Amino acid sequence: MIVELGHFALVLAFCVAVVQSIVPLIGAQKNWMGWMAVGEPAASAQFLLIALSFGALTYAFITSDFSLQLVYANSHTDKPLLYKVSGVWGNHEGSMLLWVLILALFGAAAAWFGGNLPPRLRARVLSIQGLIGLAFLGFILFTSNPFTRLADPPFNGSGLNPLLQDPGLAFHPPFLYLGYVGLSMAFSFAVAALIEGRVDAAWARWVRPWTLAAWIFLTIGIALGSWWAYYELGWGGFWFWDPVENASFMPWLLAAALLHSAIVVEKREALKSWTILLAIMAFGFSLIGTFIVRSGVITSVHSFANDPERGIFILAILGAFVGGALTLYAARADRMQAKGIFSMVSRESALVFNNILLAIAALVVFVGTVWPLVAEMFWDRKLSVGAPFFEKAFTPFMVILALLLPIGAVMPWKRANFTRSLRQMAPALIVALAVAGLAWSLETGRSMLALVSAFLGSWIAFGALAELWVRAGRTPARLTRLPRADWGKAVAHAGLGITFIGIGLLMAGQREDIRVAIIGEPFEVAGFEITLDSVDRVQGPNYMSTTGTMSVRRDGKLITVLHPEKRTYPVEAMPTTEADIDNGLWRDIYLVIGDPQAGGGWAVRTYIKPFANWIWTGCLMMALGGLLSLTDRRYRVAAGARKTAPAATQPAE
Amino acid sequence: MLKRLVLVSFLLASPVLAVQPDEVLPDPAMEARARTISQVLRCPVCQGENIDESNAEVSRDLRLLVRERLIAGDSDSEVLDYITDRYGEYVLFEPEKTGANLILYYLGPVALLIAGIGGFIYLRRRGSATEAAPQALDAEEERRLKELLADDKPGA
Repeated sequence: MIVELGHFALVLAFCVAVVQSIVPLIGAQKNWMGWMAVGEPAASAQFLLIALSFGALTYAFITSDFSLQLVYANSHTDKPLLYKVSGVWGNHEGSMLLWVLILALFGAAAAWFGGNLPPRLRARVLSIQGLIGLAFLGFILFTSNPFTRLADPPFNGSGLNPLLQDPGLAFHPPFLYLGYVGLSMAFSFAVAALIEGRVDAAWARWVRPWTLAAWIFLTIGIALGSWWAYYELGWGGFWFWDPVENASFMPWLLAAALLHSAIVVEKREALKSWTILLAIMAFGFSLIGTFIVRSGVITSVHSFANDPERGIFILAILGAFVGGALTLYAARADRMQAKGIFSMVSRESALVFNNILLAIAALVVFVGTVWPLVAEMFWDRKLSVGAPFFEKAFTPFMVILALLLPIGAVMPWKRANFTRSLRQMAPALIVALAVAGLAWSLETGRSMLALVSAFLGSWIAFGALAELWVRAGRTPARLTRLPRADWGKAVAHAGLGITFIGIGLLMAGQREDIRVAIIGEPFEVAGFEITLDSVDRVQGPNYMSTTGTMSVRRDGKLITVLHPEKRTYPVEAMPTTEADIDNGLWRDIYLVIGDPQAGGGWAVRTYIKPFANWIWTGCLMMALGGLLSLTDRRYRVAAGARKTAPAATQPAE
Repeated sequence: MLKRLVLVSFLLASPVLAVQPDEVLPDPAMEARARTISQVLRCPVCQGENIDESNAEVSRDLRLLVRERLIAGDSDSEVLDYITDRYGEYVLFEPEKTGANLILYYLGPVALLIAGIGGFIYLRRRGSATEAAPQALDAEEERRLKELLADDKPGA
């Protein structure tokens, strides 16, 4: 019964979306206040209905209602509760429902917190948001209905992919979707502004918090996915340039570009049409990502069911929204007249180059991702594009970006002096050179990668500190009085630097050892003495495990005892490796146990991974920096808000 | 990949996992070369995994083949050619720089060049433009402005 109510609520949400996408739009065109006002309750209703529907599906998963086909295919009574819940979005249909739920949440948030938007702009934004919701609700109802019943309910379900039964991955998709879908707000604002024919500083101020929120979620989502891959897949890779990873990375790059160009619109009323284009493309790439994951045109470890019908539906949605928005853009872009004037060397021009680099980096990733498809279609060449290509093609853009970042960030608006900015950054430059020298002398491999990444990373990180120092007028007391946006910028930039250091030093200095370990016989890897003490069979809640006990010593002193496991999930008939990691600031010790060997002993893999945690620490700092910026006073106290009604412009988090 | 894993796990009771201890070459330098080569070769039956980290049987065969060729005295590029001749361009993660693939390789640098020139022209135009007159407020904005100014009066 509850399931049917959920199904019914979903159909009702579809009907509400029809109203929401048409009525306020006409109202805004004709200037009918009553029609425009429909957007607000419609957005709330749509959110509540989809939430109800999502709740019903979650209920079916928790109670293991195997008369639902989706629950049967993705759940099992033995699964721990957390994974019963996360199983809701561990599949195509359920994850689409989560997708529209978040979409409706953003739409509703715009209705609830958008009180200080001009009514016409708000009506249009809500309408566009409703239209996107309509398209995806249609997609769910017509091609991927999660509420399909089975005539003969089986006794038990077929389980969830064990790789997905992990806390890191349970929360990876929701964050990613919050990011993907959050970009729909930037899209809706951009299209509304195009219909309005007007983009000004106020528009940029409204659109920026939404983009920032989406970007924060995307950063966390990507970091969680990468961290999960690191500890779960059993060899400590953190990024594979897999098509689906790229699908989340491209919107991230464009959202980062959009954040920066929106600042120029807000402060200097320039780069308007470019910003609109970026807003359209950022969401466009989110849709492309959805298409890649769900159509199966590009094979990937992540892809859900390969269903051409679904692929065509999403392609149609993609074509309609991006094509429609770009047509509108072509017709209206010339109205976006730039106002601000600035010289060749200025903060504005630095941000232009930031945008060029980020956008082209995204383009390179995009072309690399679709190239196998293109080459097969046009030249009948079956080929692959993978990590070695992306590493070479993508990295140069990041190197240039890193070189320019600290100087561009400290430059003043309108007119800057390059040598003056460089002089302000001189302390950071000296420290960065020293750090690079240190990395060179300590790193045994003497690789260029370690040298360059240590330099660039610390140049950005110390550059961010130096910038705070300059902004505070070189007076410590003033540091605390700097606006939060300044702190946010510094923390986010420093985070980027730390991620650079982590990636470079990990890739340059990783040590690996593969061997047959005999129980009780120690072996040495990179100065660590490792002993396999015992191997036991352990019964988990829904799996069997072969657990090794391994002690790690350095100079005879015990550092840690680790328990790498190999699990077999009988329901899914699938083995997984569970590495055990001793996390450290400077290095991770990463142990994996393999199979028993014919001559006695066990196959054992040991990895020493320097600076691994810096990668995700940096990502968290980027997200934290975004959050600091989001809570800046100028977003909390919106310009022009009535004093009687304390306005809040920040989006729901 | 899942199906394959399931299949493998049924056949072998426990699956083979990436590089096995018995595959490792005694000469560390040669082994390092083998690992580097393995990382640019794609497992032909998996989805986007290289043969170094793949669990599939065919990847193990390829890893052994790479090592055989190295022992036979091939250079790195000869090994890659040998394998590409037999398995096709598909197994290379970095496609050959020939024909249409040149588009893939030169797109980034060319786009950067074009965008750089475009950006330069834009910036020069911005630098020499004259400040546009501020846009006049429309009726609604006038009303809102009055409201705000009224709000700002002391005691409001």
